[in-house]
Amino acid sequence: MRSFASLLMATMLLTLPAAAPAADKVSDGVVRIGVLTDMTGFYSDLAGPGSVLAVQMAVADFGGTVLGKKIEVVSADHQNKADIASNTARKWFDENQVDVVVDMVNSGTALAVMPVAAEKKRITLLSGPATTAITGEKCTAYNVHYTYNNWSLANGTGREVVKNGGKSWFFITADYVFGKSLEADTAKVVEASGGKVLGAVRHPQSSSDFSSYLLQAQASGAQVVGMANAGADTINTIKQAAEFGLTPKQTLAGLLVFISDIHSLGLGIAKNMYLTTAFYWDRTDATRTWSKKFQGHPDNKKKAMPTMVQAGLYSAVTHYLKAIKAAGTDDADAVIARMKATPVDDFFAKGTIGPDGLFRHDMYLVQVKTPEASKYPWDYYTIVKTIPAAEAFPSVEAQACPLAVKK
Amino acid sequence: MSVPGIQESRTAWRLGIITPGRKRAFFIAMGLLGLALPLAVYPVFLMNVLCMALFASAFNLLLGYTGLLSFGHAAFLGSAGYVTGHVLKAWGWPPEAGLLAGTLVATLLGLVIGGLAIRRSGIYFAMITLGFAQMLYFLAVQLPFTGGEDGLQGIPRGTLFGLVPLDRPLTLYYVVYAIFLLGFFVIYRTIHSPFGHVLRSIRENEPRALSLGYDVDRYKLVAFVISAGLSGLAGSTKALVLQFATLTDSHWHKSGEVVLMTLLGGMGTVMGPSVGALVVVTMDNYLSGVGDWVTVIIGSVFVVGVLAFRRGFVGEALHLARNFPF
Repeated sequence: MRSFASLLMATMLLTLPAAAPAADKVSDGVVRIGVLTDMTGFYSDLAGPGSVLAVQMAVADFGGTVLGKKIEVVSADHQNKADIASNTARKWFDENQVDVVVDMVNSGTALAVMPVAAEKKRITLLSGPATTAITGEKCTAYNVHYTYNNWSLANGTGREVVKNGGKSWFFITADYVFGKSLEADTAKVVEASGGKVLGAVRHPQSSSDFSSYLLQAQASGAQVVGMANAGADTINTIKQAAEFGLTPKQTLAGLLVFISDIHSLGLGIAKNMYLTTAFYWDRTDATRTWSKKFQGHPDNKKKAMPTMVQAGLYSAVTHYLKAIKAAGTDDADAVIARMKATPVDDFFAKGTIGPDGLFRHDMYLVQVKTPEASKYPWDYYTIVKTIPAAEAFPSVEAQACPLAVKK
Repeated sequence: MSVPGIQESRTAWRLGIITPGRKRAFFIAMGLLGLALPLAVYPVFLMNVLCMALFASAFNLLLGYTGLLSFGHAAFLGSAGYVTGHVLKAWGWPPEAGLLAGTLVATLLGLVIGGLAIRRSGIYFAMITLGFAQMLYFLAVQLPFTGGEDGLQGIPRGTLFGLVPLDRPLTLYYVVYAIFLLGFFVIYRTIHSPFGHVLRSIRENEPRALSLGYDVDRYKLVAFVISAGLSGLAGSTKALVLQFATLTDSHWHKSGEVVLMTLLGGMGTVMGPSVGALVVVTMDNYLSGVGDWVTVIIGSVFVVGVLAFRRGFVGEALHLARNFPF
């Protein structure tokens, strides 16, 4: 690992002086981008076909070529299985000369593909997965974790909700690694910000009946009920919380909720909930312009607004292509060094990518609007607070990533 | 159990166009094909097929030759993968020791689970094995060293016997191929030994085997343990090849998939499960573009298979060959 770091430093030094004599060098004459995502499962609404579209839009907006060579997009469904993800990535690297694999919603698939990519010296740009291990103890030198991670969600929602008066918390947690680590991260933040955790209850993955958990949450008398789960589990929790009359008295805090979830729940059920997001389409003129283009794209069959995963992916791929152009080659070492050395500044976010591969940028704490306050379609969020990058993501020094250690 | 295999074993003498010489030539041709294949086909995919083929063959020893339908075989595949992964990654053991450790743990698990499960037969046997598999699945989700749903990632391949570095796919392929042939040979010898004949007699008529003085329970247990151990070997090898162990391999879907492979290829035939594994893994891999439809397609293939050729691919081919008019 240390040799990776020194390699990185060396390549940085070599490539930083612009107009490097590396000449234009694109392996096999094509830059191939592989979108590996969940096309039909739980995450297909928040990533899936929309992710593929975002990448295609990024390529089209870039002009379809880089350094005079064609850019190709291929995609595959990992079905949320780590072995299929890793096999597909391996095949892409070995047989199809894919240069970069992007998205990989679901942490298990990301962690399976990253070491394969690093071994083959190909880049991974992750937008979908959440685990902090990606840029922590399991980081690789050829990876960028772009959109969000558990830490940013826990910190955003945890700290800001406590500051806004939600002092006492109760957790409903999915009983597996993701849920437990999200709960632990959030509980730490809540306590550090002066709040109190009254208790927690664990439920198995893909539960359909949350009544006993919700009754415990109700009995705890906590002001805030934090949902450390994801996807269908979160949706079921929110729905049943409304049925049990939990929500007017207690506030729900979604730790991992996407705008696609809110869209399918409806504002009547999701109203007043707090959540943290990296992107909201209706934030600035630039986000509106891009998102409407995304929504109106003929390939966007559901006419859905982009989630943070999809918007982040567009931005990440554009940044990658710019880095190829600047470096004059698609060689992974040169490109990743260039990506980390160049700050990102676009409609999605402003920020920099650290040596650990984590893209640090502002996050937003939002509250879901009530149906009365929503004026037009997809008018779902009120931005409560912008969380500056330094508070939204762990510092480089705090990361357990060997690459982050400054030598 | 009334299975199509009964007819074959009763008429084992009737070989039709299959002569011992031709049979040997066929096995040698298949062996050579296995050696040459990675030059044409992507090796990692082939290794995956080999691991699943070994797993299905081990399963077939139980279902096809002893008449025991275990619905929890993924437990052996999965736990061996985790054990191998853990000892290679956390304890830095060499690959051969890792493979042995995984196989050993699966064998011991087979002894415990089999010891309890063979006390019942039929659906109860299947349910007991499924019950144990679900318990092990729960442990795999909860124990810290397995990494839960993130899986155990980045398992090093290491250097075999301190001599052969396994980093190159082609080198690894031949090692995996050797492991597969070893496992396959063990199964082949088991089936064609006097022990295998007793197993078949148990499958055909358990009370009669008992009345002939065979300790039926012991035979069943030994068959179960061999099957579990070889499933474990397949799981360990898979972890070494793919460099990770995940929940997929412990999930009951995998237990169902191996039944599918065995039935599709031909239950109670030596080559059947391997052919079934090839078909299922190929569909899984090359159809991944269509997403969840894979399960629908595999399901349809299964229904067509069960309706149209009940002996499975290999079973039907053998049947044709045996009844060939020359």
